[in-house]
Amino acid sequence: MPSVSMTVNGRAVTGDVEGRTLLVQFLRENLSLTGTHVGCDTSQCGACVVHVDGESVKSCTLLALQADGAEVTTIEGLAKNGELHPMQEAFRENHGLQCGFCTPGMVMSAVDLLNKNPNPDEGEIREWLEGNICRCTGYHNIVKAIQSAAQTMRG
Amino acid sequence: MPDTGIGASVRRKEDFRFLTGQGRYTDDINRPGQLHAYFVRSPHAHARIKGIDRSKAESSPGVHAVFIGADMAADNVGSLPCGWVVTDRHGEPHKAPPHFPLARDKARYVGDHVAVVIAKTYAQAKEAGEQVQVDYEELPATVNVTAALASGAPQLHDEAPGNLCYDWVLGDEAEADAAFAKAAHVTKVDLINNRLIPNAMEPRAAIGEYDGGTDSYTLYSTSQNPHLLKLILCAFVLGLNENKLRVIAPDVGGGFGSKIFCYAEETVCTWAAKKVKAPVKWTGDRSEAFTSDAHGRDHVTHAQLAMDENGKFLGMKVDTTANMGAYLSSFSTSVPTYLYATLLAGQYTTPVIFANVKSVFTNTSPVDAYRGAGRPEATYVVERLVEVAAREMKLDPAEIRRRNFIQPDQFPYQTPVALQYDIGNYGQSMDKALEMIDYDGFPARKAASEAKGKLRGIGFSAYIEACGIAPSAVVGSLGAGVGLWESAQVRFNATGSVTIFTGSHSHGQGHETTFSQLVSQTLGVPIENVEIVHGDTGSIPMGMGTYGSRSLAVGGSAIARACDKIIEKSKKIAAHLMEASVEDVEFDNGTFRVAGTDKEKSIAEVAFTAYVPHNYPEDVEPGLDETAFYDPLNFTYPAGVHICEVEIDPATGVTEIVDWVAVDDFGKIINPMVVEGQVHGGIAQGVGQALLENCVYDGDSGQLLTGSYMDYCMPRADNLPSFRVGMTETACTHNPLGVKGCGEAGAIAAPAATINAITNALGILSMDMPATPEKVWRLANQHAQAAE
Repeated sequence: MPSVSMTVNGRAVTGDVEGRTLLVQFLRENLSLTGTHVGCDTSQCGACVVHVDGESVKSCTLLALQADGAEVTTIEGLAKNGELHPMQEAFRENHGLQCGFCTPGMVMSAVDLLNKNPNPDEGEIREWLEGNICRCTGYHNIVKAIQSAAQTMRG
Repeated sequence: MPDTGIGASVRRKEDFRFLTGQGRYTDDINRPGQLHAYFVRSPHAHARIKGIDRSKAESSPGVHAVFIGADMAADNVGSLPCGWVVTDRHGEPHKAPPHFPLARDKARYVGDHVAVVIAKTYAQAKEAGEQVQVDYEELPATVNVTAALASGAPQLHDEAPGNLCYDWVLGDEAEADAAFAKAAHVTKVDLINNRLIPNAMEPRAAIGEYDGGTDSYTLYSTSQNPHLLKLILCAFVLGLNENKLRVIAPDVGGGFGSKIFCYAEETVCTWAAKKVKAPVKWTGDRSEAFTSDAHGRDHVTHAQLAMDENGKFLGMKVDTTANMGAYLSSFSTSVPTYLYATLLAGQYTTPVIFANVKSVFTNTSPVDAYRGAGRPEATYVVERLVEVAAREMKLDPAEIRRRNFIQPDQFPYQTPVALQYDIGNYGQSMDKALEMIDYDGFPARKAASEAKGKLRGIGFSAYIEACGIAPSAVVGSLGAGVGLWESAQVRFNATGSVTIFTGSHSHGQGHETTFSQLVSQTLGVPIENVEIVHGDTGSIPMGMGTYGSRSLAVGGSAIARACDKIIEKSKKIAAHLMEASVEDVEFDNGTFRVAGTDKEKSIAEVAFTAYVPHNYPEDVEPGLDETAFYDPLNFTYPAGVHICEVEIDPATGVTEIVDWVAVDDFGKIINPMVVEGQVHGGIAQGVGQALLENCVYDGDSGQLLTGSYMDYCMPRADNLPSFRVGMTETACTHNPLGVKGCGEAGAIAAPAATINAITNALGILSMDMPATPEKVWRLANQHAQAAE
């Protein structure tokens, strides 16, 4: 089996994977980082979104080997020194989650949106979230949370 | 404690773990030595299984076992039961053909379970699964109810001639006919309530485990009701003593009804764990969820409303054919009967109602409760009928509703369809909704849209639901095989913190927060000292789980009752400590006081004394740990008015929801933030049904054509607006909290409001869901042509 090495949440990791092993499987099964979820098999739901070299990526749609040498951040790596990232805090404050299953992907995706566009309007937020499906919230409070995080992060 | 007590929008206790990736869902759990299961599913909608050759699969790498239906039959594994007996119009019970976890004679829908491969890795199981050679004799299939009832239709089950499960009636047909004979006007509608696929974001999963040392099993399952699952598996399917199976439903990623039921996969994993002497894990992928989760809705209805010349309702007749799918799922039979026809009075004084429901087997996935379960279908019938009646009678849609509302002084109100509503104020919700949407301003907004070449419409839905399911004696008399009470255990720990064990199960509803608020306020304990435990039959008293918007009304009431018992016992202990008589002890906000003195003891001190009873009353047992079982006296009746305003671009057929006002009466509210979140999510699912979602089977082959997110259109963020939520409050009269439940309201109200708005915009009476751009474009342009 080929070996793969990458940095995940600031930690250097190496593992043996099959060629077909997806990044999400490597994270969940090899590294036991089960915060990244799998909600579909057609790359649509976005529950598996992580950051690879700073960009949001659906980790169900990338082979682990393709991430060789990359810097990967998962939901487990977002809070720093025990403090929630402003996006996590905004989701909590605005009730942007219910069952929590889509939440890691939603949060990771939303963080990337604000990296690219620090002041999105409601329409831009809704359009950006096209690749993240939530069945619980009706998106109302997710949108509110992202608006609120944007405001906090702009300072 | 106003900031954490009843009525406060306390931020959720469960969120930290979900936001930091520390939720623990079934697929996150791995057991030592576990193997993986892959299910071989029928590619055919209907086929006789002539033989299965598993030799090649058995010798594939990593494979431990391949099992088929005959293996389960040899172990006397039973059929997955349907727990609600519906008695048909001739007094006969519904037809109940067997539903074996692995098919034994025929496969009856695409995705039906034919064999299971258990291997070291999931990939090995799946690869070996492709080596299982099933000799199918393909049979003609039937997927829709009309075709399935036609003479000469393919027959699914020998036990159900003509594919009819039951032909059931509610109400008096002759009385209804008499009411129609007096009518000045009769409005008729033909409706299809489109079939939906629930799509909780977490796919179902299960891990079955067997402990040879104690001859006992553990099942981890994505269940909304672990105790019920345990009961069904033990008593009806696996033939185990209930003390030999522990079911754990950890964090569950949404359910919406689809995770109530006892499914083949969890049954097989539990059974097989003993056979292969290792834990057996199965995690469904989304494609499997599409074919093997129970679907929802799927009704064909003809409904009629008789009115006098003033638009006063005289009678209603409803004829519905409901699709059960290929087998009866756990509570499927009750959905189009007792959860549907009993709601046909809506918010109105319609004096006579007659309903006839036929339920039919087809070569499709089983159909069962999905968010609202019968009540969205009923509201859709009533509110489409009323809307069309208003248009035909040239009455304002708010006015025709108001003329027929049950008035506040008429409660308790006995409907002609069995239910007795305890309380409500429907006019108040209507007034508030009209004000919030600025109904008077609608003509100006419509004109402004027209000036841009857009069509604007407004649609109402005045819904009612029967929630807080349900009084055991009532549902028992209607055929339910279980009681629908709930349990709670309130345990003070010696050092003053409190652990609550609830039979309710949270899969997104925020029970850990809402229940903590209730307990914190009732017992006067800081909210951070309250812990809620749910989802483990090994630690919680028998409970009935979460569905039918019942958790607070029934489960919360059980917690309140158990808290009452705690306070009652604590008073005796406090009285002893303060050398007073029990009658003189008062309890307020966590402190016991002797009336008229400065003596006081905190409830934490009392709890400590209960566990360290050195100075203790003689006639009181040590410990402070009380259990209550609460059986509701009636259903609860949340009701409200939703108004949807749409703008349609006739050039593209795209419907934009430009405003949504929801005014709901859920009785008393513990956490407004959580309640509003439930409303938002419910509306989104209802709008999904109205605009986007549709489960489609090919009529000839029976193949599921909408089996992925590429083909089944889930609501995305950019399909939905922000919602405006208002509340009115009439407290439920018969539970200790005055609460009604809020989980399903949005999904119940939204489809009718949306379609009423779109048909209003288009100037037509009716159209079927989902109102896709193509359909709307055709209607908009036909209408425009007709007008020319």
